[in-house]
Amino acid sequence: MSDGAVQPEFGPDLAEVFGPAHADGGPELIQLLTPEGERVHHPEFDLDFSAEELQGLYRDMVLVRRLDVEATALQRHGELGIWAQLLGQEAAQIGAGRALRSQDFVFPTYREHGVAWCRGLDPLKLLGLFRGVDHGDWNPSDYNFNLYTIVIGAQTLHATGYAMGMQRDGVVGTGDPDRDAAVLAHFGDGASSQGDVNEAFIFAASYNAPVVFFCQNNQWAISEPIERQSRIPLYQRALGFGFPGLRVDGNDVLATYAVTRAALQRARDGQGPTFVEAYTYRMGAHTTTDDPTRYRLTADVEHWKLKDPIARLEVYLKRNGLGDDDFFADLTAEADELGHTLREGCKAMPDPEPLEIFDRVYAETPPELAAQRDGFADYLASFEGAH
Amino acid sequence: MVSTSSTGQKVTLAKGLNLGLRKAMEADDKVLLMGEDVGKLGGVFRITDGLQKDFGEDRVIDSPLAESGIVGTAVGMAMRGYRPVVEIQFDGFVYPAYDQIVCQVAKIHFRSKGRVKMPMVIRIPFGGGIGAVEHHSESPEAQFAHTPGLKVVACSNPVDGYWMIQQAIAHDDPVIFLEPKRQYHADKAELDETATPAPLFTSKVVRPGSDATLLAYGPTVKTCMKAAEAAAGEGRSLEVIDLRTLSPLDMGPVLDSVRRTGRAVVVHEAHVNLGMGAELASRITEECFYSLEAPVLRVGGFDTPYPASRIEEEWLPDLDRVLDAVDRSLEF
Repeated sequence: MSDGAVQPEFGPDLAEVFGPAHADGGPELIQLLTPEGERVHHPEFDLDFSAEELQGLYRDMVLVRRLDVEATALQRHGELGIWAQLLGQEAAQIGAGRALRSQDFVFPTYREHGVAWCRGLDPLKLLGLFRGVDHGDWNPSDYNFNLYTIVIGAQTLHATGYAMGMQRDGVVGTGDPDRDAAVLAHFGDGASSQGDVNEAFIFAASYNAPVVFFCQNNQWAISEPIERQSRIPLYQRALGFGFPGLRVDGNDVLATYAVTRAALQRARDGQGPTFVEAYTYRMGAHTTTDDPTRYRLTADVEHWKLKDPIARLEVYLKRNGLGDDDFFADLTAEADELGHTLREGCKAMPDPEPLEIFDRVYAETPPELAAQRDGFADYLASFEGAH
Repeated sequence: MVSTSSTGQKVTLAKGLNLGLRKAMEADDKVLLMGEDVGKLGGVFRITDGLQKDFGEDRVIDSPLAESGIVGTAVGMAMRGYRPVVEIQFDGFVYPAYDQIVCQVAKIHFRSKGRVKMPMVIRIPFGGGIGAVEHHSESPEAQFAHTPGLKVVACSNPVDGYWMIQQAIAHDDPVIFLEPKRQYHADKAELDETATPAPLFTSKVVRPGSDATLLAYGPTVKTCMKAAEAAAGEGRSLEVIDLRTLSPLDMGPVLDSVRRTGRAVVVHEAHVNLGMGAELASRITEECFYSLEAPVLRVGGFDTPYPASRIEEEWLPDLDRVLDAVDRSLEF
């Protein structure tokens, strides 16, 4: 091979197509409220919010942050085995959660405490899994909110199949706002590397399923940065699967709400899936067992603190006279009350009964498993009265 | 829709399964079929032949070529109230779906404290003997029978195929449904659709005998029946049990038989190491130790990967290897 050989073209230069990486989310970032609390407008996704709506979103975020802080403290006190923190992702979760209608169905990861809050789930219910007394103690159909799924990305396929079920039930694209429904599938930047997530994209695109793939790109999959998962902005992957992808400022509750609302409506209308990348940052650790100081710079965390989702809305509310001192004081009191309820409720959660596990494996318990249960019951009973 | 119900027709296993699927779809409009090539083609083995034409593309769904995607989306459909029946094209291709099967399908009922049911049937053509290339002849049943939350059954003949597929679909727990692919288009049997079938999770004595018990399922039932016939010519009376259900096991007929014969030989195509035979030997030993005249023996595939097809018949248990084990049991 001679030095003067012409290099073949392998398509366009990717750096030119996608542009350089942007710490601020890049020019495509959809935003309605800047980190400084300035209201900005967007040609496609602008929405008017009433004072009550803004206060409601603010209240949601403050309370779920308190839930997160309390749960983290409960883990430190040994009341929870582990806790998956949402700190910094309140806007992404509340924005998405409040965009739902009651007939929509949500498939969460194990970090969607804010979305659970929006679905009306008692936050105490979220603690059971982390305390080790259950694997999720709510009926998904009571809240249209599935149990937390721990295997990364597995739930995106369930979401797609559920959406295919909705299509067969005739609740997509009828034009009836009380009937048409969609699915919201949560996952993270790490999950975007999973085969299941990519298969979910393919199935959803192929069947035009009414599902919104809502990815909270919090920049970190435990210790691995987003660059290890993707060489292009995640939302741009959607195009390759044949449906639109959008990047929204995930620390902007207004923009996240507006974009998710539009994507869900598109799905309900029968126009198929949308990928929403909520560009955010995991301010806390992956879980309470993680130590982020081993792999990321304090300066990065400090940079993202300036983009705090709650602080920017607080600035906006105060600057525009949308919340008086009583509003903020009452909310603080409400958060304190929530904290108290969580602390006391968590400590009061009973351990499960050992024999219950046998009855839950199958809808119809096989005789041999029933015999195993009876044998274990006899064994346990043999200790009664022993010292 | 024309029902093909009739009595006395002679059908293959493929036809029996096809008629059973049709019946199940007629009985419950929540029953959906999904898999690769199950629509117009009728599946690579034609088990779903004609069903998409009669039930439409919404109920007989050609899926993208991704097994985890098939099972994972079926989970969502089941959560929405459907009863998905998915086809894995060949045994060796179930592994991309293994995570969804063992971590999700098997555990959702348990995880949800019984609030979410998972009435799914995963049909898997299994076993060898069709001269196929690698990954098309495997017997993965032990991996699923080892997983709590799943039920695992194997049909061996056209009549069982017809009834068992309907029973599996009507059942509220997830069922791994194993079909001996070598038998699909082999022997015909008379199907009486007005008969009352045995319950799904039961084993059956298919040939009575008194000298030793052969335990088989799926493709090896036929092998054992031939072995028993050959043995009869030599004056030996072998009882053959078609296990039919692998998880749960139905030990009643097995233990009754072994208590009478005092000898048991388990025959399956899967590798013997940690296979179904190991569990059966253990249970038989625990339950009727004093009735045994010889150790429980196992005849199965060797502990190697499935060989190239030109020598597969050497690898698969056949009549002679079964009778060799019977000899060893009787001479013990």
